[in-house]
Amino acid sequence: MDISNYIYLSALLFTIGAIGVVVRRNAIVVFMCVELMLNAANLAFVTFSRVHGNLSGQVASFFTMVVAACEVVVGLAIIVTIYRSRRSASVDDASLLKR
Amino acid sequence: MSILTTLQLLPLVGAIVIAILPVANAKLIKQVALGFSLLVTAVSIFMAFAFDTGGSALQFTEVRTWISAFNINYAVGIDGMALALILMTTILVPIVFLAGWNESENGRWSVKTFYILLLILETMMIGVFAATDVFLFYVIFEAMLLPVYFLIGGYGVGERAAAAMKFLLYSLFGGLLMLAAVIGLYIISTNQGGATFDISKLSELTIDSATQNWLFLGFFIAFAIKAPLWPFHTWLPTTAKSATAGTSTLLLGVLDKVGTYGMIRFCMSFFPEATKTFTPAIITLAVISILYGAFLAIGQKDINSLIAFTSISHFGFITLGIFALTSQGLTGAIFYMVNHGFSTAALFLTAGWMIKRRGSSQIADFGGLQRVTPVLAWSFFLAGMSALALPGLSSFVSEFLVLLGSFAKYPVAAILGTTGIILAALYVLLAVQRSLHGETPAANAGIPDLNLREKIAIAPVIAVLVVLGFYPKPVLNVINPTTETIMIHAGVTDPIAKVAK
Amino acid sequence: MVTSTNLVYLIALPLFSAALLLLLGRIADKWGHIFATLISASVFALGVIEFFAMQGREGEARAATQKIFEWISVGSFQVNASLLLDQLSICFVLLISGVGTLIHIYSIAYMSHDHDRRRFFAYLNLFIAAMLLLVLGDSYLNLYVGWEGVGLASYLLIGFWNQKPAYATAAKKAFVANRVGDVGLSLAIMIAFTQFGTVTFAGVKESASGASAGALTAIGAMLLLAAAGKSAQFPLQSWLGDAMAGPTPVSALIHAATMVTAGVYLITRSNFIFDASPTAQLMVVCVGAITLLFGALIGTAKDDIKKALAASTMSQIGYMILATGLGPVGYAFAIMHLLTHGFFKAGMFLGAGSVMHGMNDEVNMRRYGAIGKVMPITAATFGLGYLAILGVPPFAGFYSKDKIIETAFNAGGIEGILLGGATLLGAAITAFYMTRVIVLTFTGTKRWDDNAHPHESPFLMWAPMAVLAVGSVASGFLLSSGSALVNWLQPVVNEHHEHHAEEFLPPMVVSAMALAVVAIGVAFAVLKYRTVPVEAPTKVSVFTKAARKDLYQDSFNEAVFMRPGQKLTSGLVTTDYKIIDGLVRAVGWVVQTSAASLRTIQNGYVRSYALIMVLGVLALVTAIWMVTL
Repeated sequence: MDISNYIYLSALLFTIGAIGVVVRRNAIVVFMCVELMLNAANLAFVTFSRVHGNLSGQVASFFTMVVAACEVVVGLAIIVTIYRSRRSASVDDASLLKR
Repeated sequence: MSILTTLQLLPLVGAIVIAILPVANAKLIKQVALGFSLLVTAVSIFMAFAFDTGGSALQFTEVRTWISAFNINYAVGIDGMALALILMTTILVPIVFLAGWNESENGRWSVKTFYILLLILETMMIGVFAATDVFLFYVIFEAMLLPVYFLIGGYGVGERAAAAMKFLLYSLFGGLLMLAAVIGLYIISTNQGGATFDISKLSELTIDSATQNWLFLGFFIAFAIKAPLWPFHTWLPTTAKSATAGTSTLLLGVLDKVGTYGMIRFCMSFFPEATKTFTPAIITLAVISILYGAFLAIGQKDINSLIAFTSISHFGFITLGIFALTSQGLTGAIFYMVNHGFSTAALFLTAGWMIKRRGSSQIADFGGLQRVTPVLAWSFFLAGMSALALPGLSSFVSEFLVLLGSFAKYPVAAILGTTGIILAALYVLLAVQRSLHGETPAANAGIPDLNLREKIAIAPVIAVLVVLGFYPKPVLNVINPTTETIMIHAGVTDPIAKVAK
Repeated sequence: MVTSTNLVYLIALPLFSAALLLLLGRIADKWGHIFATLISASVFALGVIEFFAMQGREGEARAATQKIFEWISVGSFQVNASLLLDQLSICFVLLISGVGTLIHIYSIAYMSHDHDRRRFFAYLNLFIAAMLLLVLGDSYLNLYVGWEGVGLASYLLIGFWNQKPAYATAAKKAFVANRVGDVGLSLAIMIAFTQFGTVTFAGVKESASGASAGALTAIGAMLLLAAAGKSAQFPLQSWLGDAMAGPTPVSALIHAATMVTAGVYLITRSNFIFDASPTAQLMVVCVGAITLLFGALIGTAKDDIKKALAASTMSQIGYMILATGLGPVGYAFAIMHLLTHGFFKAGMFLGAGSVMHGMNDEVNMRRYGAIGKVMPITAATFGLGYLAILGVPPFAGFYSKDKIIETAFNAGGIEGILLGGATLLGAAITAFYMTRVIVLTFTGTKRWDDNAHPHESPFLMWAPMAVLAVGSVASGFLLSSGSALVNWLQPVVNEHHEHHAEEFLPPMVVSAMALAVVAIGVAFAVLKYRTVPVEAPTKVSVFTKAARKDLYQDSFNEAVFMRPGQKLTSGLVTTDYKIIDGLVRAVGWVVQTSAASLRTIQNGYVRSYALIMVLGVLALVTAIWMVTL
């Protein structure tokens, strides 16, 4: 089985996600991009699991999904809270650390 | 538990007692602190009587395991040199308490903190001279910086925060170099079969000369910053300008001695070969320090930085005596450390009283004090005479021994050092003339003379200077065996007189 | 050599008294002066007792020693606090305590109006103690303690009225100039120790002959430097004139009779060094000859009576130093002149003090004139001192100074003629300036203000003057009759009579020549000062101008040492701040600025942090990839 296409796809998805995180301002979109990167990693995991013929990669991808779910819970909560207090979902408006 | 450990713990107990006293009762805190410091003095004097001057080995030793994985021990013990320095410390501390009774009042923190810091500092000052484990020494060497940092930064005057920071960073830099050298020593001892930090075992190591040179430099630069030797001196005047009189006394009188003490205890005994390699360079630095410090002292306008620069000159003498490596030079240098402690104490404390009364530390603001405050003026004058090593005062004995001891081996250095006594006369007498003589300006007319407390504080210092000037024998007897041990370890003997009888 | 147990009291008594009077403070104001005077008198009595005890012993046994305690003992360097009273030191003990006591008595009256009289007497006693230690110490190091001790006492006494800035400066100048000399003494002791392994007089004497010529010359030169500092000899003489800022009794005791002669003592005491080193001796005679002319020339132009006398002191000590450089034959004459000089110069200084006392502390001789009529006793005692310093027979100076002139001529060869000529010329100038002092002060017309009321001084002041005048008359004859002093000092200075064998000029001729030049000097002064303007004339020759300015010694010191020194100091202060501390501050600056620029990365935008993270990961991956490649 030729895995290169899978890996290319995974890398592509990861890159799209990473660029999205860096260039987009809307917190929700940034968040979705992060999810995209996680899923790109999952794809790679599953691919390698298939190639090597053991389940470790699949387990890892489940683990990633669980972590992603936790992250969604916490992250969305933070975004909603910020939106409530600042009336904006732009990440650039949340630059309190600088001051 | 040996008497040395007791001596170290006593001030710490005092600090704990003060910690549970109410903050508001400043007077009680001061009295308790003074009481504990006097108790320490008494114990140390008792220890001095128990000390066997005939024996050259370490006495009152105690070894307890601290970190067994690295064979680090709490190991203490003293020889004559350490005894002399510890006695100087324990005598100076109550004097500093008494002299600066009110100097803690205007600090950033409470009186309570001030005395806790001072008592902790006393514990460490005793410990640093008593330690016979290099790691223990290193830890105290560095930890001592903290109380002083807070004492300068919290209770000083002027740009105290900046001065405290400069002091801390400069000293830490030196300490870092020393730490590297300490680790290096440990590795060498591990390679040679017995991992140890014990001073006497480390002095037995055989180290190749290139390594010796690097390790020597690591220790020496740390001590040269501490002592301070030209060109590592610039932190001292800044610090002296900002610290309170008492802190300056302890800093220059005791802490800086750790530098010259370390040169003898570590540099010379661990690295005899490197010592020989670097001696010409160090003698040169010492002579530069003597003359440079004196010239700079002449040019100072602030009385505290003047005293700081005189100390740089005096540390030059001490270093010259140490590295001349003759029995006169070495004994003179060790005796000089003790005398310099008292003589600097007298200078800083009297200058501190003058500054407090006049509200300025500029020499130009004083004048005519002789007529207004005769006792204060006399105290300052005698302190100055001690700084210029007037015969009859103890500093003369040590300064002359240093010069005499170095003349046999390094005549040019000794001659240059001797011309330093002219400069010493100049900087002392200029300061005396500007502050004590002349017409009394109106601003100085109402200055009160020393009160009873201050007289009690300064009297023992002057008494020590005079008594040891006429009868230095007890101290010399204590120091001489140490000197002999060091000379034997270094494998040198005194030059023999050219014309034998 | 016998051991004594009483010598220590000679020093301990005045030291104790000084400490007591200083520590008690104002409580002792009422009786301090009496107490100090009694102490000084009892020291003199002790000295006399010791003197007669010495007379009772013979030869070698005359000297007495006392070990008080072990002072410094480090390695082979052993110095005891020990005293040595021999034929040489007893002369000084008697002079110091004798003249000292007279001056104590004089000061009771002279300082009676001073608020700080007790302090003054404490300092006087301190001086007596230090000076006695100087002459009684049995080693160079003990001598050194006394040596700096008298320097301290002198500093305190010159600056006794230090509320006047000029006086405080004079005191400082004296101390610093003395310290230059002290460097010489320190170095001499160090060389002696490295050469001989001991610093006691006896030990050095024993092995001096074994040392190399270079070492001996070095020790001699350094001792000479010390002597020059203490005895105001060329080139360290400039402090003495300013030292006249001190109260007049101080000038009489310290800056005429005793302390300034310590250099003569030092060289005489170290005769074994100088006798073994002709080079060092040559230096000594040169310094002596230069100073005796230097001082005499300065003396001709001073209008301040004390400064004129100070210049004279400098010149007379020049005679003594010159004599000590002439070898074994000269020491005794140097000491004899020192003793007679102690009498007549102290007497004249006290006379000057007496005049000042009557004249509201006026010191300018141009404002005196005809004082002899109102102060007959002062004039008479001063006159006897004057005859003594001139060397008129049979007064004291005739015996001591003529002997020095004679010895100088006998030095032989060109050296002898030069030195003899210098001493004769000095004698002529001495006659000139001393006559000038007499004429300006005691004779002529009165030139003082109407509000000055000169009167004879009280008994307590004139009595010491009278005693000293008797000494000025008789001491020379007593000391030289039957070569009393020469024989007395013989064991110390190793004088052997064979040196007398060849005489360049017979004594009679020398005396006649000396008297002739003195007569010329006197006549010249009398003629020149028939009328004296109250204001010093400004149109004077370059020589007078130079003499008034101390032959530009101060200007020289200022130009060569002081101003470059000040420049060096201020330059170093700047260098220290800008370069050495500048480097330290530069390190701090570099850390701070680099931190400040790195801080701008922390801009608070999540996306830029994310970008840095991505870049970081990329960099890391690349790094790993490259390493494993």
